[in-house]
Formats: sequence, C-alpha cells, structure tokens
Amino acid sequence: MVATRYETAFKLYPYEKVAAQAGPVVRHPVVIIGGGPVGLALALDLGRKGTPALVLDDHDGAGLGSKAICFAKRTLDIAHRLGAGRPMVDKGVVWNVGRVFHGEGQVFEFDLLPEDGHRNPGFINLQQPYFERFLVDAIREAQAAGAPTEIRGRNLVTDIETFDDHAILKIDTPDGPYTLEADWVVACDGARSPTRDRMGLSFDGRVFEDNFLIADVKMKADFPTERWFWFQPPFEGAGQSALLHKQPDDIWRIDFQLGWDIDRDAELDPDRIRARVDAMLSSQTGKVPDYELEWTSIYTFQCRRMKTFRHGPVLFAGDAAHQVSPFGARGANSGVQDADNLGWKLDLVCKGKADQSLLDSYATERAFGADENILNSSRATDFMTPKTEISQIFRNAVLDLAGQHAFARPLVNSGRLSVPCVYDDFPHFGPDALNGPARTRPGAACTDAPVENAFLLDHLSDGFMLLALGFDTPPQDALPVVHIAAPSPALAERYLGDAPRALYLIRPDQHIIARWPDYHANAVTIAMQNALGKAAR
Amino acid sequence: MSLVLTPNIPDPDGFYDELLAAHEGLDKAQSDALNARLILLLANHLGDRDTLRAALDAARRAAT
Ligand SMILES: Cc1cc2nc3c(=O)[nH]c(=O)nc-3n(C[C@H](O)[C@H](O)[C@H](O)COP(=O)(O)OP(=O)(O)OC[C@H]3O[C@@H](n4cnc5c(N)ncnc54)[C@H](O)[C@@H]3O)c2cc1C
Repeated sequence: MVATRYETAFKLYPYEKVAAQAGPVVRHPVVIIGGGPVGLALALDLGRKGTPALVLDDHDGAGLGSKAICFAKRTLDIAHRLGAGRPMVDKGVVWNVGRVFHGEGQVFEFDLLPEDGHRNPGFINLQQPYFERFLVDAIREAQAAGAPTEIRGRNLVTDIETFDDHAILKIDTPDGPYTLEADWVVACDGARSPTRDRMGLSFDGRVFEDNFLIADVKMKADFPTERWFWFQPPFEGAGQSALLHKQPDDIWRIDFQLGWDIDRDAELDPDRIRARVDAMLSSQTGKVPDYELEWTSIYTFQCRRMKTFRHGPVLFAGDAAHQVSPFGARGANSGVQDADNLGWKLDLVCKGKADQSLLDSYATERAFGADENILNSSRATDFMTPKTEISQIFRNAVLDLAGQHAFARPLVNSGRLSVPCVYDDFPHFGPDALNGPARTRPGAACTDAPVENAFLLDHLSDGFMLLALGFDTPPQDALPVVHIAAPSPALAERYLGDAPRALYLIRPDQHIIARWPDYHANAVTIAMQNALGKAAR
Repeated sequence: MSLVLTPNIPDPDGFYDELLAAHEGLDKAQSDALNARLILLLANHLGDRDTLRAALDAARRAAT
C-alpha cells in the first residue's frame, strides 16, 4: 500500500509499472529517495553529466500547500547552470520595497536596490510547487537529449539495508513490493526522513516554542508588491509578529506568529483567520479588499542537523540532513546548494575519476553551510521572539531608534536572506595568490558580472574550468579556459581589484578553488589535484 | 583602538549629573528603555568590534 500523505499541486511523475518490479534485482549507480526540490536538482545535475540517477518518490508530484516561496539568487544561479532558471525568474515575483512596522506605526521602509550587472535578481517569490515543476520540466528536456535519469512516482521506500559498498532498498508500489540495489543512495526524503530513522541516526537541535499560522490568500485587488513585516502587530490576536508577502498568481503569503500555548483547532477556524487577515489588510488603507483563503496551516519550527551527512554508501541532503526555521528562507535554498555540492563529486566518483573520500568533503562543507544557516535563523528568531525581559528591552530599543536613525536599521532582524557560505580554510581550496577582492576569494561561489552583452554566468560551464581575465593571449591548458581579454568595469571590480589580470580555477559547482596573478601550468595541476582530494606530489 | 580605562571624561561630576537628569521623571521601564537606547547609540558611535567586546568584558567582570 502506498498511502497518500498529501495532495499534489501538479502531477509530475505519475506511477508507471516498470519491468524491474518483476524481474531480477537491478543494481543502480545512484538512487535518490525523495523528489522534492533537492532530490530533483541533484537528479538533473547528475543526468546532465551523464551519470544515471533513479529518483523514487512516494507521491506523483509536487505537494500542495504553503511551503517555500522565497528563492535566493544563488539558487537561481544554480538553476541557470542546470538549464531550469529562466522559467523560474519569468514566473516569480520580484520585490524591492519593504516596510517594517512596530505596533501601530511604521518604523522605516527600505528599497533593496540590487547591485547591477547580475543575470538573476537577488531573490524571487515563487511557490515551491512551481519550483519543483520547472526542475521536472528541465529533467524531461535532458532525458529527451539522452540524460540517463528516471523518476518513479508512487514508489515508497519501506526499508534500507546498508553494506560497505552498496545498499539494498525495499520499495512498495500500487502493484506491490520490489527490491533494488544501489552503489550510492542519496536520502532527500525531507525533515522527517524515514531513511534517517531506519538507520537509527540522530537529528538534534533546538525546537522553537512557537506556532505560526500561515494563510495564503488570493486577492484580485491592487495591493502593493511590497514586503510588510510587523513586530507586535496592533491587530487583535495577531501574536508577536506578522508578515505579508506577494507570490505569483495574485496570491499573498501571510504569517502570524501565535506563540506556544494555542488551541490549534480554534486558530484554524476560517472566521477567526479572516478576522485577523481583515485587520491586517485594512491596517494601512482602512478598507478590507476582496480576497479568498487559498490554504491555511499551522507550523512549528526547529533548527537541527545530523552529526554527519555521509554514512557509508548513504548520503543525506536537504531537510533530511538539516532543518532551519524559515526566517531568511534557508530551507530549500540551502538544500539546493547541497545538491550543487554533491552532484559533481558523486559524478566523478561514479565514473572512477575521483576517490570516494571526496564525498566526505561534501559532508564537511555542507555541515558548515548548515551551521551558518542555523546560526542566522536562530538569531532572527531571537530578535523576533525575545526570550528574556532584557532582550525584549533591547529589541524594542532597536525598533524605537530605527524609526529615527539609519544606524539602528541594520540591527532589525526579521530574517536575513540566504547567501551561499564561503568555504574559507577548507582543505580542497587554495591557494589565493592574487591580492584580489574578498568576495571572489577561494571558497566563494562565483559572483555574476556583465560580460559583453551577457553575463559571466553564461560563460561558465558545469565542469572544472579556468577563468582568464585580462590576458593578451589565453593560457593553453588541459582544462577549458574562459578567456575575457577586456573585463567590464564591474567584472574587474569583482574579480581583479587592483590587479591587471587574474587566473581563476573554478569547480563544477562554480565555487572558486584558487586564483593567481599569472598562469603556471604546474600550479594549476597541483590545485586541481587538491580540489579532487588527491595528494599533491 | 583599545578600550580606554583611565579617566577620559572632562568634568566628571557634570557628566554624572546629566546622566541622572536624563532619567528624571521616568519609571523603571522607561529608564530601562532609555539605557538600552543609550547603549546602542554609544556602541554605534564606537563601531569598533574589538573595543566593544573589551567593554562588554570589562562590564561583566566588574559585576563579579
Ligand atoms: C511554511 C514554510 C515556508 C517555507 N519557506 C521557505 C522559503 O521561503 N525558502 C526556502 O528556501 N525554504 C522554505 N521552506 C523550507 C522548504 O520547504 C524545505 O526546505 C524544502 O521543501 C526541502 O526540500 P527537500 O527536497 O529536502 O525535502 P521535501 O521537499 O520535504 O521533499 C521530500 C520528498 O521525499 C518524499 N519521501 C519521503 N519519504 C519517502 C519514502 N519513504 N519513499 C519515497 N519518497 C519519500 C516526500 O514525499 C517528498 O516528496 C519553508 C517551509 C515551510 C514549512
């Protein structure tokens, strides 16, 4: 029996019976458990590189309901590399103006004028089901071009047995159970990860004693495309904080932070929800616009992670490996970065081009990323819900001052938007032999910049590469070289600083390995070997 | 910049007077709020994280 645990917004991979369900047990190079944003991004990346991946999901598409809406630039850059970025940006809502309120009054408003010269906006609002759909569309396109990727819907993994060099999975389907084997399993099966539980692995951290009521409402009326955030909202029963945010299709996301001791059923009563929403929507104009409730739910949030993301042939990614509270939109965004980090490593290991110990660097690099995300979202939570009298006093002092003085505004924390971590001092990076800008130091993800009529991102590939800036003639190396003889001012500012030219060595996930003021074949070889985890000779 | 722990305020009695005067007529909650605003204003003026850390440290140590 494959139970339906949730409704789907889009049916993307309907169940189809396959021969393997009856025949002898088949061994796959990579099996991905879970077709959420993370499992799909990983399957797409592996497929485009020619490494077979089988995705198993117990449903047949993207779940309906209120989940991620805010996707950050790094995610869009990764999606661009994977050929899935454009429809996301086209469908998504871009906003720049935000207002922060404290009680009745507006504290300040801000305009997030984004830095020029990037293909992608700083972030978009897009419902998670669309994000998943666009990834599946890109997988279908890659399959048509020969990518060895398969998604099996309504395939519920019911058991896993692990060995040194493979795992055996038991699967249930509408036509009954079957068994398969995998050299590598990637568990992308979400925060409740049954794989994690079956393997008896812990998932420790901090539960925030708070409930959030989330209402997605459909409004036809003109309403500004702005983000409104209230500390101590003045509307009755609105709780500690409230947020209003626009999504595509005239949908608005509304969050109310209700506190810990609540009666869930009473709070979910539509009349009660409507009373709150009415008060919020009319707070600035005095009029209640026409709207419908699309979806309402109550969530509690936690910050926790597994001790390590690799257990022999099983790797954990996304919410299965780490969970954060949603302030700053770090869940799906960081999970996609997991997939980005793991894809090329797993590809090289499967092809015998790297030792499997390279996968341990996935675990350490992404655990570092998870810690940074947990730190940031815990800090936001502590600002939004002061835990002691004195933290409440300081929080309100910040808000009081922010109304009058610019200096206090950066201290106001209603969630810091997810940015990729920099793998400073990690063993697979370096050297930094250029006295260059800090933002493009080894360990950082490549920052975009204008290049002629397009962008740097359009020139970067998804393999190892050299980026040569300001050289008269491009270096001749075994690696592909992206040669830009005359960098635009923005490109020079972001990658050269005061240097006349620079050579960057870049990983397939577009993180910078090393940089030099000149080309020396030997230096590149050593840095490459180090990036692959091979001992330098 | 290191934390100045030697006398640095001209006319110390006058300053102390102004500090108390700023709290005049306020109840406990209002005074607490004023102190918090004052700390934030001064911290921003200083700006230097090392100095701020040294000040937090010195303030904590003085209590024990
Ligand atoms: C209210 C809310 C708001 C959020 N807002 C944001 C935001 O703005 N930005 C952001 O980045 N993140 C946000 N998040 C977090 C985001 O939704 C998650 O981080 C994201 O869904 C994690 O993706 P995943 O692929 O790891 O797991 P999931 O999306 O949970 O996918 C797991 C998949 O595995 C399948 N599965 C589970 N068990 C099995 C099994 N035994 N066999 C087969 N398949 C199985 C499930 O059916 C599911 O399809 C939000 C979350 C919530 C709840």
